[in-house]
Amino acid sequence: MTNTTSLSKNAALAPEADRPFDRKGLVQMALLGLLLLLPVAAYFLGHIYYVNLASRITIIAMAAVGLNLAIGYGGMVSFGHAAYFGLGGYVAGISAYHAFDITPFMTWPFSVPGSDNLLVIWLAAMLLCGLLALVIGAISLRTTGVYFIMITLAFAQMIYYFANSWPTYGGEDGLPIYIRNTLPLFNNNMLDSSDALTYFLICFTGLVLAMAITSRMMKSRFGAALTMARLNDVRLATAGISPYPIRLVAFVISAAITGLAGALYADLNGFVSPTMLSWHFSGELMVIVILGGVGRLYGPLAGAVLFVMMETFLGGVTQYWQLFLGLVLLGVVLFAKHGVMGWLAGRERNE
Amino acid sequence: MSVTLLIEQLLNGVQLGTMLFLMASGLTLVFGVMGLINLAHGSFYMVGAYATAAVTASTGSFLIGLAAGMTAAALVGALVELLVIRRLYHRPHLDQVLATFALILIFSEGTRWIFGSSPLWLSPPSWLTGFVTLPGDTRYPIYRLMLIGVGIAISIALYLLISRTRLGMRIRAGESDREMIGALGVNISKLYTLVFALGAALAGLAGALVGALQSVQVGMGEPVLILAFVVIVIGGIGSIKGALLGALLVGIVDTLGRVYLPIFFQAFMPPSEATGVGSALAAMLIYILMAVILAFKPKGLFSAHD
Repeated sequence: MTNTTSLSKNAALAPEADRPFDRKGLVQMALLGLLLLLPVAAYFLGHIYYVNLASRITIIAMAAVGLNLAIGYGGMVSFGHAAYFGLGGYVAGISAYHAFDITPFMTWPFSVPGSDNLLVIWLAAMLLCGLLALVIGAISLRTTGVYFIMITLAFAQMIYYFANSWPTYGGEDGLPIYIRNTLPLFNNNMLDSSDALTYFLICFTGLVLAMAITSRMMKSRFGAALTMARLNDVRLATAGISPYPIRLVAFVISAAITGLAGALYADLNGFVSPTMLSWHFSGELMVIVILGGVGRLYGPLAGAVLFVMMETFLGGVTQYWQLFLGLVLLGVVLFAKHGVMGWLAGRERNE
Repeated sequence: MSVTLLIEQLLNGVQLGTMLFLMASGLTLVFGVMGLINLAHGSFYMVGAYATAAVTASTGSFLIGLAAGMTAAALVGALVELLVIRRLYHRPHLDQVLATFALILIFSEGTRWIFGSSPLWLSPPSWLTGFVTLPGDTRYPIYRLMLIGVGIAISIALYLLISRTRLGMRIRAGESDREMIGALGVNISKLYTLVFALGAALAGLAGALVGALQSVQVGMGEPVLILAFVVIVIGGIGSIKGALLGALLVGIVDTLGRVYLPIFFQAFMPPSEATGVGSALAAMLIYILMAVILAFKPKGLFSAHD
């Protein structure tokens, strides 16, 4: 490796200065501001459909924020993040199923009842997805390159086929959620999540939190180590830090964020099915991350806005909209390497 | 029942394995020679099946249809290589995954546009329908037996092509050192297009042959594609020998698991539960197999590259 490239990569490690009013800052604020204000306006004008559309964008963006942590910041090209998205969804679905039936989820070695408390569901979704990612990551991260892509895909397929052929929770027909879960507030007040705007605000808070955590983490020593594990893991090892645990922790956090998004998505639709686990969804999440710009904090959000908008409006014009999505995607991959955010907000310093 | 069932299911497993080998050999060649991961390989499978179905329906001859299917897949493969794939060789794997994912969307929706959503029907010619009686009173369909034969013949032809011909020598040289064979005056871009078209033709052949067994529909290539990926990961990416062994292993384990796991669980469970647990586990079996193999050999059984 030559001196100049290592110097420029060191520059990439330096924490980004906060400059809220340059072009990038303005584009980012506009994106987040519009995502918050348009649904609120739509709600008071009585267009509930658009509020739910915004919730959908927000949740998909959150799932992509999780994947971006693995792909963009960690350089781990996971082709199986649908597994965590779907598992999060099934946690919400199965918990609500047992809360509705008033049957325990399991009785041995200790009794676990179903729950309609969102906090419990979210915590369980993140924990279980983290645990699943710990197992999958521990095996997959022993491999690199194409093997890593393929093995993450294969694990996700394993879970897809399991959900597909396990009859207890609906199998391939999926599992409807009959109750609307609630969010406990102070003084035993319950926040009813069935109101579209309330639910959107919950999702929006989740997305902002996920982005804030990512940003904070990437500015920490851990983030610097993760960046170095992507750029040059031999140098990281020389500095006395083993790359494997760093990657594994990042992979687990990435899965937990995507899993939380999955739980939110299941409640939004009132339905979970193996479609949430399918490899097509893993691919779509990757597409969103790339469309927005890999390894950029606001990239997943920009990508999700663009993707869901194309799906909704192009899908209304022609039933073959995926053909055009394919062409756009091909164009972005071949000719616009830095995604929508790269085009709107200028390149990152390390590109 | 047990011996007859076992022979029949073993043959089914070998038949699935040989068809997987047709898919996996192209994938693994393209990865071994060009270092490219191609998700759109399943689309060539679909193109082969549609072209065969359409030509068979208009000419009435399955063999002409089969030839047309292979040719169409090879031509589409060469075209895709020239227009898109060529720009991806020096790109990171992430770009390759996305560009070829985009190709899947384009091919699937394009096919739906041209042929509609309802499946086409392709049936084997009359001289290949019927059963043969194997030793042990097993009645087995001739067509499936023919598929195994074709698979074996293609494996031998591919072995001869790669080990005995000049083209095969160049392919092997390309696998071990890409820059060097360019420096030695081999026209690399022509070699790449040729290898890609060859892989596409084999995928198209598999699609056409299996299409006559099942139905020809949009998205038919995707489950096979993922199985083929499992095969090449198990076998070691870039290795034809690994692809053959992996394909047979996956074919047999998958087929036997689906039949015997539910029976196995019935020994100590009520039948309805046993079917559920058994079939859920059977569906996961090859992925478990892959995880176990990769846990011990992270590069697969016969890795061509480090």
